[in-house]
Amino acid sequence: MLNPISQAFKKSKKENRPALLTYTVAGDSSKNQSLEILKSVSKHADILEVGVPHNTPVADGGQIQTSSYRAIKNGIKMNDIFKIVKDFKISKYSKPIILMGYYNMIYQFGENKFLKECKKSGVNGLIVVDLPWPENKIFSKKCKKSSINFIQLLSPTTSYKRLKSITKDSHDMIYYISMLSTTGGKLKVSPKKILQNYNKIKNISPKKNCVIGFGITEKTISKFKSADGLVVGSQICKEITRSLNNRQNPVINVSKMVNKLKKKIS
Amino acid sequence: MRLKKGIPVIDQGNKFGFWGGKFGGNFVPETLKRPIEDLEIQFNKLKNDKKFIFERDKYFKNWIGTPTRFIKLHNLTKHVNGAQIWSKVVSDANGGAHKIYNATVHCLLARRSGKKVIIGDTGAGYAGKMLSMAAKKFGLKCKIFMGAKDIERQQPNVRAMKKNGADVIPVYSGSQTLVDAVSECMRYWVANCDTTAMCVGSTVGPAIFVRICGWSTSQISRELKVQLIEKFGTVPKKLKLYNCVGGGSSSFGFWNEFMDYDKKQVEFIGVEAGGPAKSKKHAAPLTYGSKIGILHGAAQYVNQNSDGQIEETESISAGLDYPGISPLHCFLKDTKRARYTAASDEEALKAYQIVTKYENLRPSLEPSHAFSVALKEAKKLSKDTIVVINSCGDAYKDKKILEKKLGKKYVKSN
Repeated sequence: MLNPISQAFKKSKKENRPALLTYTVAGDSSKNQSLEILKSVSKHADILEVGVPHNTPVADGGQIQTSSYRAIKNGIKMNDIFKIVKDFKISKYSKPIILMGYYNMIYQFGENKFLKECKKSGVNGLIVVDLPWPENKIFSKKCKKSSINFIQLLSPTTSYKRLKSITKDSHDMIYYISMLSTTGGKLKVSPKKILQNYNKIKNISPKKNCVIGFGITEKTISKFKSADGLVVGSQICKEITRSLNNRQNPVINVSKMVNKLKKKIS
Repeated sequence: MRLKKGIPVIDQGNKFGFWGGKFGGNFVPETLKRPIEDLEIQFNKLKNDKKFIFERDKYFKNWIGTPTRFIKLHNLTKHVNGAQIWSKVVSDANGGAHKIYNATVHCLLARRSGKKVIIGDTGAGYAGKMLSMAAKKFGLKCKIFMGAKDIERQQPNVRAMKKNGADVIPVYSGSQTLVDAVSECMRYWVANCDTTAMCVGSTVGPAIFVRICGWSTSQISRELKVQLIEKFGTVPKKLKLYNCVGGGSSSFGFWNEFMDYDKKQVEFIGVEAGGPAKSKKHAAPLTYGSKIGILHGAAQYVNQNSDGQIEETESISAGLDYPGISPLHCFLKDTKRARYTAASDEEALKAYQIVTKYENLRPSLEPSHAFSVALKEAKKLSKDTIVVINSCGDAYKDKKILEKKLGKKYVKSN
């Protein structure tokens, strides 16, 4: 049987559109609210990335940092994050969940214990921003044994030789970072150029589902319709911040935004 | 875990950049893999290249001013009435601190690789000031990331950076100190690594930065060894080298040439920042038994909570106010080659008062931590023991803090 992440891609392909992946930070702005956001977003998105907030992130831009600091300030802990995922997965809104974060959080929790909790709560995939290949070989094998997708990242600076090795060691899904940027940067490379690089990856491994992230917003998303999947993160985090500042309900606003995003690629 | 003899410590990491199999490494986003690899290839080639070393030594000598003085502190020796007290006055170096060595080497590397912009982090402002000086010297544009809190408390260095034409970018995230400045600097590099070189201000960060910095600051111990032989005819039988430890660049450089000596002959004592006596916060991960974690691309002992969030530090000295510590020092601690302890804010201030009272020397708050421990321990040591303290920074930058804590009379105006 296909794993839930691959199933989600299969479904979106059938509908002749890229899969929509959202990123929100666990515990932003509270445990309960972040769960409600996941539930409401899942009506429109295909796969949900859940950020594990960390206070020394080396690849996150301002929007995601703000969300992360808010979540940490509100006392989010690793066990709360697993609880949020679990509550989401047993709800009727369940969709595939990918945890995304920095390695120290996994390291302190203990790799094996972390994977056990992932499995128990229903996590389907992991993105570890600062555990690149080949350093991640052992951990990614452990993930596979636990039926959890370890998602390799590729970037415009990744050499062709490296692309080949990394895709060979990757599981069902790979993540292409569109440009040299932290998350939430303005798109500074043309979509055409990004898709060229994307196609290079697809040529090397056509069967793997490849998503594009970084710089994807309401404005840019429709230009990447040919990709297997697209990730929107910072714009959603920004919307949460904006809603809170205007004393509006972020759950409703974020859901609206994701609905719009979905329409643009359908 | 063992320290090997005859191989520079910076070259004792394994193929993944781990010292002792577990400290250091490259925990970086995929985007940085390539620029880091490029820098590794460049550095590995150049560190043994005679022309490059000649170039380095030329700038070290004519521009930084080598060697810095090695002096006996006669009055302090008399006052302590134990071991002989000496100091390596590294603050003699152009710019007033050891950070100039690393900054110069990074600018030389950047220039060779055709980069036009160099970025760096800074805490006390020395790393930033030196990088701005070196960038100006070598015709590079310069951006310095500095915590907003540090900008406030280290104004003289901020002014110097601006005067050298650098952009000083205030960092408002987190604790607004060095840890956040390093994060922000790395983030900027992630977004601009195709055109921009990065200089990490200490022996921290991904392995290559640890190595380049250690290689650069080792100038201090190369000079000291020559100077010791000049004064004593040989490396003394009982030599103790005291140095403050924040990220660990000056201490590593102060010790490197003596690594292969038996520790009974040449002992290394690293002094971390214990923070205010009444506070639980500190910047002394080695002294207070912090757990291993990942910070800024490297595995190291680091102050963190049980979840893995990096904890805020507290120290009167901005230059030591860092929750982590160089992988090199983790390695030296676990192989028991060096001994680590801490001095509190109050102890450092007291040591500053004693040193300035007895000697015409004005160590900044960072080396004042080292003086504090050295002077205490020297009392109990024999007269033939040679205690050397690295006075790696000048107190000019700390004027505001010293005036606030001690009153104007303690702050010499020269």
